[in-house]
Amino acid sequence: MQRIGVFVCHCGTNIAATVDVKRVAETLLKEPGVVHAEDYQYMCSEAGQKLIGDAIKEKQLTGIVVCSCSPRMHENTFRKAAERYGINPYLVEIANIREQCSWIHKDKEEATEKAIILGRAAVAKVMLNAPLQAGTSPVTKRALVIGGGIAGIQTALDIADAGFEVDIVERTPSIGGRMSQLDKTFPTLDCAACILTPKMVEANAHEKITLFTWSEVEKVGGFVGDFKVDIRKKARYVDMDKCTGCGECQAKCPNKKTPNEFNRGLNNRSAIYTPFAQAIPNVPVIDKNACTYLKTGKCGVCAKICKAGAINYEAQDEIITREYGAIVVATGFDTIKLDKFNEYGYNTNKDVITSLELERLMNAAGPTGGHVVRPSNGEDPKTIVFVQCVGSRDTTCRGKTYCSKICCMYTAKQAMLLKDHYPWLDIHVFYIDVRTPGKNFDEFYRRAVEEYDVDYIKGQVGKVSEAENGRLLVQASDLLDNRQIKMEADLVVLATAIEPNEGVRRIASMLTASIDTNDFLTEAHAKLRPVESPTAGIFLSGVCQGPKDIPETVAQAGAAASKVIGLLSKDHLVTNPCTAKCNQVYCNGCSNCEKVCPYGAISYDEQMVIRFGARETTRVATVNTALCQGCGACTVACPSGAMDLQGFSNRQILAEVDAICR
Amino acid sequence: MSMNNSEWKPKIVAFCCNWCSYAGADLAGSSRLAYPADVKIIRVPCSCRVNPMFILRAFQKGADGVILCGCHPGDCHYSTGNYYARRRMTTLFSMLDFLGVEKNRTHVEWVSAAEGVKFSATMNKFIEQVRELGPNVRLEDIRCKQN
Amino acid sequence: MQAELIARAKALLADGTVARVLGWRKGDTDFNAEPAVFETAESLDEFVYDGFCGANLSKYMIKNSKLEGKTLVFLKPCDTYSFNQLIKENRINRDNTYIIAVGCYGKLDINKIKAAGNKAILSVAEEGATLKIHTAYGDAEMAREEAVLDRCKVCKGGKHVVYDELASFVDEEKPAAEGRFDEVKKLEAMKPEERFAFWQGELSRCIRCNACRNVCPACSCIKCIFDNNNYDAAQKVNTSSFEEQMFHIIRAWHVAGRCTDCGECSRVCPENIPLHLLNRKFISDINEFYGEFQAGEDTTSRAPLTNFTTDDVEPSIVKERG
Repeated sequence: MQRIGVFVCHCGTNIAATVDVKRVAETLLKEPGVVHAEDYQYMCSEAGQKLIGDAIKEKQLTGIVVCSCSPRMHENTFRKAAERYGINPYLVEIANIREQCSWIHKDKEEATEKAIILGRAAVAKVMLNAPLQAGTSPVTKRALVIGGGIAGIQTALDIADAGFEVDIVERTPSIGGRMSQLDKTFPTLDCAACILTPKMVEANAHEKITLFTWSEVEKVGGFVGDFKVDIRKKARYVDMDKCTGCGECQAKCPNKKTPNEFNRGLNNRSAIYTPFAQAIPNVPVIDKNACTYLKTGKCGVCAKICKAGAINYEAQDEIITREYGAIVVATGFDTIKLDKFNEYGYNTNKDVITSLELERLMNAAGPTGGHVVRPSNGEDPKTIVFVQCVGSRDTTCRGKTYCSKICCMYTAKQAMLLKDHYPWLDIHVFYIDVRTPGKNFDEFYRRAVEEYDVDYIKGQVGKVSEAENGRLLVQASDLLDNRQIKMEADLVVLATAIEPNEGVRRIASMLTASIDTNDFLTEAHAKLRPVESPTAGIFLSGVCQGPKDIPETVAQAGAAASKVIGLLSKDHLVTNPCTAKCNQVYCNGCSNCEKVCPYGAISYDEQMVIRFGARETTRVATVNTALCQGCGACTVACPSGAMDLQGFSNRQILAEVDAICR
Repeated sequence: MSMNNSEWKPKIVAFCCNWCSYAGADLAGSSRLAYPADVKIIRVPCSCRVNPMFILRAFQKGADGVILCGCHPGDCHYSTGNYYARRRMTTLFSMLDFLGVEKNRTHVEWVSAAEGVKFSATMNKFIEQVRELGPNVRLEDIRCKQN
Repeated sequence: MQAELIARAKALLADGTVARVLGWRKGDTDFNAEPAVFETAESLDEFVYDGFCGANLSKYMIKNSKLEGKTLVFLKPCDTYSFNQLIKENRINRDNTYIIAVGCYGKLDINKIKAAGNKAILSVAEEGATLKIHTAYGDAEMAREEAVLDRCKVCKGGKHVVYDELASFVDEEKPAAEGRFDEVKKLEAMKPEERFAFWQGELSRCIRCNACRNVCPACSCIKCIFDNNNYDAAQKVNTSSFEEQMFHIIRAWHVAGRCTDCGECSRVCPENIPLHLLNRKFISDINEFYGEFQAGEDTTSRAPLTNFTTDDVEPSIVKERG
């Protein structure tokens, strides 16, 4: 005989304002099997949980229904409470009367009716709940970090410092990421290389960190605590062990016609190259699409001059498989393509550049040695126009609806640095709003305006075209003075929106991590679990989760690392007991379930079964509960109903259907 | 069509996978994106957990429409679950149509955890479709011919 | 034909190749031969193989192939698909089976012979394309083609997909008949309310005798889900229950992708409900959506509903195709 207790939460007024919580409790008390029902202001609070505990003791409850917020929010809270007060945590069911009721309905009568029906369904389900025991699974004490930018490096260092092994997989030839392309960083103006390269060196030297550069994640299997990942080590054609990094090959390579990715195409690079001088590892790669030898079999200059004999044209991609307990995604960002923004003339005029290209021009290690010139003719600019929000906060389908967050600050930074170097420069910034929420950020921006005399104009640039004298003609509107502006400029810098790096969708699919419409990875909870993916064991670091600057990225990288450390420091993980279970009496041995199982968790063998009073040795299915993740695909493939899913059994779901349709 | 269509409220059962669509429904809720109270959601771990029997049971017990929501193909939390669900629902819905149950009473929509707007819009549209059809009587009467 | 099979069966029993023979014997009339197991040479004198041996023996091999020693089974071309399907599902021990593939000219439906005006039929002799019908009121003739079971009119062809030896009278080259999905298409062309009326008319006649389930080689569960109390689907006493109303739909769903379209369900239905149309609808949809598939054609391919491709059609296809 079941003794069910129902607990209806007001959630302050979140639920109680739209749902008559008292009536819900009173009505559900009349349901067969329900022996206790009460309502309370905050059921998840300590006092609320104690109410549940008291009722468990006084009424000897065998099952609990909490009518509250989403089970994705507090199912675990109430399960733990139940366990603390002496009943199996899996005898708890949640009726979601907040997100799926009070918050979306306005009519109190209607919402109350619905809440009662949802409660009734939960009661019907909990009547059939069985106590479940969670098992354990071992943890592989190694983490994988996908992406070797500042986010990935920081995460890896923090995990490694805690004593766990970390692999970094980076698809370019060197770690360093976007930050290595930057000149100086706001709001302190310290040089990016000065603060980044020591971290790159530390990551390379750390005994617990293994770098896989020029490598990509190929395949991901397994689950939290026990992921199996195939990593493709792309052919480098240069032996990492033999190469001394002397750089002779790059200097002598006769093929120097490939646009330099690291310098955003502002100059060209050789076919054998390291992206930048401080690259780690300091071992070049041969671009097989550019190398004359690899394309035609003729040349071989680098092999001839390499004293270390490190060049190997026969190298092949290599796939290695490694096991990990946790995976951190730190895939970073790129600037959006500007094909749809013809009004700025980016594709037609060399002197219209993105702000990341300006970073390269300003950088002492950049293509011009840090001398900012007009790319079209190499002359010094006199007037520079910055255009903000190019593709950001854009509600047309050309750009991104979100704010890229970093542009206001780096524009102020670039303007100030330029004024420092070239005090005679005339600098104008066209903006929609200037957004500077951050420590010392607004002070920084005000310095640009007040001390450096940068001309900020509220308004959007409508058109950039080439003037007859070879300069650029900028047409814009000044929204504050309500006037049209036409001005000549030598350089136009577009604060281009950022977007998650290409290929992140593929990675998210492999990890079964959810991703939003902008291709940013989704966090498990926007506020309370911001560095975890909803998929257990997958963590998020840096801009792959949403636009952020360097300090925020480093903070999030550390947070992700601490989550990983917490996970890896466990010897065993508690597994989800809501796994499939085969009632072997009814099993036909047909293998349909085995075919649809994505985890290989179902095996078949001959077993002795007592079937309808007779012993027989027959082929039946067994579920490996350590592998089963509880999707339920097998239960539908099974024609006889032998396969069922604990916690979401056929009878439970049918009971819910019946309760809803009653 | 029912006699008192203005009074009549359809019963809609929505099966939502825990990882994408149920979260999408939660997001619709926290974004206060309204849809009629006629929809009652049943949480399942994955769209592949939905046995066609559950859908038949809902219709037999008087549901006027059944909708299944899962992760977008390729984004299933369990990698492949929604691919199986897709085949199962395609063939089942076609069979229901073959039996004369209006095809606007059944629907599958892929809704991600980030698509609260889509969840709400999907429900509004589906309810409208079912309302146009009126109460469902067919499936529960399929073996009850009055002579 | 019959004598040849008896002689082979006796020889295989005698040399110890097989321990028993699964075949047909006369039923309660001459016109409804029934499956039978023969364990001795003498008992084989009762063995029958004629136009009325419609019964598909493959399902009986689930039990017989578990017994000690090999079982000889006679399979018509269409029966071999069911047999293969059962091998695929690990229900039959192939090693314990000896198959003689028998030819088939289309099995006869006594009701059709009666409907042609023949009363008090004493015997039916098959002479090529003609049936010689001997009745208490005299003799009559009928074209064989007009008396074959509906399922045989859309015969899958003469090929046996699995066997150990071929009888002398098989025609492996016999082509498949056209128009297997014509009846399905006819229904598809109707309006939804007409389809509903059609099925309501048909399914309301069902007396839930379970003959379709018992004969179906795909419906081979050790315990049917409708008899499984763990499922809450079994509600025998309640006439308006889930099981009562949904039985045929769920049965068709459970065999979808596994049904070989052998047509036994409709052959044995005492109410002549065209149950095979439900199965054939699934087959026709599967062929259309996921490519041609014949269950039982081999023993290894994945059934369409335990398979997928990433670019499968969306369920909305059902609405879109009109």
